[in-house]
Amino acid sequence: MAILTYREALNRAMVEEMEKDPLIYLMGEEVGHYQGAYKVSQGMLDKFGEERVIDTPISENGFAGIGVGSAMVGLRPIIEFMTWNFSLVAIDQIINSAAKMNYMSGGQFPMPIVFRGAGGAGGRLGAQHSQAFESWYAHCPGLKVVCPATPKDAYGLLKSSIRDNNPTIFIESEVLYGSKGEVPEQEYTIPLGLGEIKRKGTDITIVTWSRALSFAEEAASILEKEGISVEIVDLRSLRPLDENLIYESVKKTNRALVVEEGWPVAGFGAQISHLIQKNVFAYLDHPVERVTQMDVPMSYAANLERMSLPNANRVADTIREMLR
Amino acid sequence: MVLIRKFEEAAAKAYSVGKIGGFLHLYIGQEAVGVGSIAALTPHDYIVSTYRDHGHALARGLHPNPLMAELFGKATGVSKGNGGSMHFFDKNAHFMGGHGIVGGHISLAAGIAFASKYKKEDSVTICFFGEGAANIGSFHEGLNLAAIWKLPVVFICENNHYAMGTPEYRALAVKDVSVRAYAYDMARDHIEGDEVRKVRDHVKVAVDRARRGEGPTLIEVSTYRFRGHSMSDPAKYRTKEELDAYKKKDPLMRARNELELGGIKPDVLDKLEIEIQTQIEEAYAFAEASPEPPLSQLHKYVYAEDK
Ligand SMILES: Cc1ncc(C[n+]2csc(CCOP(=O)(O)OP(=O)(O)O)c2C)c(N)n1
Repeated sequence: MAILTYREALNRAMVEEMEKDPLIYLMGEEVGHYQGAYKVSQGMLDKFGEERVIDTPISENGFAGIGVGSAMVGLRPIIEFMTWNFSLVAIDQIINSAAKMNYMSGGQFPMPIVFRGAGGAGGRLGAQHSQAFESWYAHCPGLKVVCPATPKDAYGLLKSSIRDNNPTIFIESEVLYGSKGEVPEQEYTIPLGLGEIKRKGTDITIVTWSRALSFAEEAASILEKEGISVEIVDLRSLRPLDENLIYESVKKTNRALVVEEGWPVAGFGAQISHLIQKNVFAYLDHPVERVTQMDVPMSYAANLERMSLPNANRVADTIREMLR
Repeated sequence: MVLIRKFEEAAAKAYSVGKIGGFLHLYIGQEAVGVGSIAALTPHDYIVSTYRDHGHALARGLHPNPLMAELFGKATGVSKGNGGSMHFFDKNAHFMGGHGIVGGHISLAAGIAFASKYKKEDSVTICFFGEGAANIGSFHEGLNLAAIWKLPVVFICENNHYAMGTPEYRALAVKDVSVRAYAYDMARDHIEGDEVRKVRDHVKVAVDRARRGEGPTLIEVSTYRFRGHSMSDPAKYRTKEELDAYKKKDPLMRARNELELGGIKPDVLDKLEIEIQTQIEEAYAFAEASPEPPLSQLHKYVYAEDK
């Protein structure tokens, strides 16, 4: 097992896939000569040349459209958004073109494209640069939405996303890029739609993904000392969704808490909460709860940002409340 | 210009010791553009800026104290600590914000100008952006709308030749941004940005044209940033020789030379610089001593209060 950072794991996945399939290219702002704004594409320009690692001007809607058009005739683009905040400039191409192409053409145009880049909130970047958008994209049928939390998952899931014939929204956590973890040396993939139990427990199930996993894990460690046993389900992808994994866990623990980085209203946690109450209602000893970012844009001020983001203490407090 | 330079040097220091967070994009090297342009305005004209907004705000005459406090994320900041470096706002000064999404604000500027025309007020809006922003849809749409409706707006492209690590020749099909004005049948101008008075005079022509109801102008001002794109950028994509060549054309040096040639004694200028330094130290102390926003502010400005 090698110890890799999250960013290195992503890099390895892209490099290996591009070595195998000449139809795959990487495109986005600063991916080449600058070696990636967050250095995820470090070294790739040297390896693959300017034809396959392509720097673009700042024109998200334009290059997202280039990606979609090229995928219509057989290329397999990886389109990097420097951060997902800027993907909103391209959301028309993602939702109105990429997500629906196969459907509205009656299956004639599969869309083997990955949109990837840094997501999430924090780092005192203020309201326009600090947002978790997975719920926005998960809202839209036709897209797959993947949110890895560990280097191991990032590698396996990115490879699956690149091989998938559907448009994948691959949201990397900006805060996790430097985080380290074990990544098997042998090549592997992780099927989209397969969650994982990241921690076994008996008293309550936390359902989470991406960076919020770290809040859940920290809270679980705190609560363990108090004799509370927490099970953590990491969804890894929101679309497709590993529903059964959630249900099996809730059947065992009889309680569920969703922990997510984004806003609460119409957030993906609301969907999970709905599914749990609909499908395993009889097993519930408590209403499903959620810990989310506060229902406000992100403030720059350090104290307000801290208060706004979900954290381990809020998770632990909510669980104590639920078990009372 | 000296105020801007010293303000940002102090900000850079505060950033390196963690008193300022997030991104910090410095304007050092470009001062003559903001100062010259804004000198062509009246107080009821509007200014729209980007994330590189400190210089524009100071040139507008905003006091350094609330600006430094904003960088520190304090309650006394111009945006009450909610905005940070990229989002200075001051309604009274008609300073219509620093904006973080490249190019998005270009349409906003057209909208502000639209409102001036709609309300039959004679305010002119000027909008700053980089050459990188000229490649985004909002630029094209904003300029086209401004042109067809003859809106009183002046678009000022501060071409510092790099958008982050991307040099202009790899991003612009036509290198001269100002000639894009032809596509919108718009007046254009192209100037060097190291001479503050020249910038003012040229911008003034465009502002007057806008005020007369003759429509928008696209002005490209050639300039250079001495620092990286932001504090986290080591700027390895350009050579030391290039940087040094531009530093020789430092707009501050140039302005000082002009003043001295005009008969102002060096010691008068030195004294002025010392006063400015003191002012910056006061701003720093003010920012440090100011309180963080109250926690009750978290939910406060999400929606406007009822009229
Ligand atoms: C739509 C969008 N895409 C990407 C970014 C990230 N980004 C911020 S500034 C910048 C470079 C902008 O360069 P330019 O417009 O030339 O202005 P300068 O920074 O040189 O003043 C980039 C790519 C962003 N903020 N918004």
